[in-house]
Amino acid sequence: MTDLRELYLEMVTDHAKHPRNRGKAKPCDFIGTGNNPLCGDKIVVTASVEGDIIKDVKFDGEGCAISTASADLMAEVLVGKTVAEAKNLFKGFHNLVAGAGDKDSLPNKLAVFSGVREFPMRVKCATLAWHTIISALDGGEEATTE
Amino acid sequence: MLSTTSIADMFPALHQEIDGKKLVYLDSAATTQKPQCVIDAIINYYEHDNANIHRGVHTLSQRATLEYENARKSISDLLGANRPEEVVFVRGATEAINLVTQAFARPRLVPGDEILISEMEHHSNIVPWQIVCEQTGASLKVAKVNDDGSLDLDSFKSLLNEDTVLVSIAHVSNAIGTINPVQELCALAKEVGATTVVDGAQASGHLRVDLAEINCDFYAISGHKMFGPTGIGCLIGKFDVLKEMEPWQGGGDMILSVSFEETTWNEVPYKFEAGTPNIAGAIGLGEAVSFLHKIGFSEIVSHEQNLLEYGRAVLSEIEGVKLIGAAKQNAGVISFTVDGVHPHDVGTILDHAGVAIRTGNHCAEPLMKRFGLNATCRASLSVYNTTEDIDQLGIAVKDAIRILG
Repeated sequence: MTDLRELYLEMVTDHAKHPRNRGKAKPCDFIGTGNNPLCGDKIVVTASVEGDIIKDVKFDGEGCAISTASADLMAEVLVGKTVAEAKNLFKGFHNLVAGAGDKDSLPNKLAVFSGVREFPMRVKCATLAWHTIISALDGGEEATTE
Repeated sequence: MLSTTSIADMFPALHQEIDGKKLVYLDSAATTQKPQCVIDAIINYYEHDNANIHRGVHTLSQRATLEYENARKSISDLLGANRPEEVVFVRGATEAINLVTQAFARPRLVPGDEILISEMEHHSNIVPWQIVCEQTGASLKVAKVNDDGSLDLDSFKSLLNEDTVLVSIAHVSNAIGTINPVQELCALAKEVGATTVVDGAQASGHLRVDLAEINCDFYAISGHKMFGPTGIGCLIGKFDVLKEMEPWQGGGDMILSVSFEETTWNEVPYKFEAGTPNIAGAIGLGEAVSFLHKIGFSEIVSHEQNLLEYGRAVLSEIEGVKLIGAAKQNAGVISFTVDGVHPHDVGTILDHAGVAIRTGNHCAEPLMKRFGLNATCRASLSVYNTTEDIDQLGIAVKDAIRILG
């Protein structure tokens, strides 16, 4: 039995309704565009990086509560991390929402998405911003959840 | 006349719970549920008559051939085709349109030719035309849609000219339910000498379709949207037009004789049915047609119109809900948005309440864009739905607003 309350935890709905990290990172060292062709959602993620340290992350675009909250909380978590740490966090986050990953090894701001695994159709929503920033940091092309 | 409850009883999949709540299936525009008689017809075919068609002298093959051809006749009668041979079995409406674009349009189009469609088309009535335009140098023209979701007739007329060689229009919009005046549109198209195609995927299970009245050259349907199985549909074409066309796929059953010197094509419709077809699917669709007759289109239309009116009223009363498209002539499709709640979240929360709707762009991105949206929520109705289903939808939408609005 799936429980909606585990998907829409208060922290998730709060960040969905009132995202703190909308906008554009300055300076904009990396920019990525992510598409979820399934729902037509589009997200632009920008990042400032000094040396190897992520200094700022911002996002813009329209999305559902899960993708918006995920982008907003990702932005908070990634500030101060190295690029390698960001990739590791994504690995852990992806395992959490799409597999059998453990939430205890993740910061609370990511662990709140553990309910997503019960809603397989929503995994793409939760990971869109992450795919987008990792792809941008790798200098890759437009990210898509397909 | 059958009561709605007894109609719902004929659909086994409707009788289940989702997360402990009664399933309310409001996604019939995506695919309808299947009545027991259709399921039984498919089982019966595989249990008793399974054989290849048009090839065997043995009893099973004769039975299978007879049932397959009877299904063709049922569809021909249902839609008012001139003769069963005008019905070509394909995988669905998408394949039917692709058959027209590749086997009819592609060899005939030249640079400068124009194809007219509308802004409300499903991707399956856009992309095949884009492909054939790319292949031939023809160009695609798009008639506008009014704010209420109806087709802008002035725009349609203004785009028709002597270069228009093909017109392809949805009978009913899958995304918002608009019923287009296809008879009038086809008559206008004929005035400039254009060949006409009607995408009937969303119409054939909901409206009485009379091809003699519509007078289009091609009509496309999908079996699974009219209580039949997936993987079967029909292209209904005027016999003389089909006769002039070359085949589009080669293989068994579509030939009269084969040699390395010369191969000759089979008759219409068989020259368009290469390879062993979806025999069980056709038989299932034939049974679905019998089911439609049993309920009757007057009952189907009045029931769905009543529910549409009720559903629009229930949703309009909820603060923050906006209906997208509310044409006067509308089939049982209600597209809506909820202020501050993304359609995907609405869909998840509704599913939790047992209510199945479709969310997204409904394979009609240009129409979404026309309304300035990425996505909508779509509740689509069928004869098995009830006012209680709509009430449950209304309650669940209010839940979504409470959780996320």
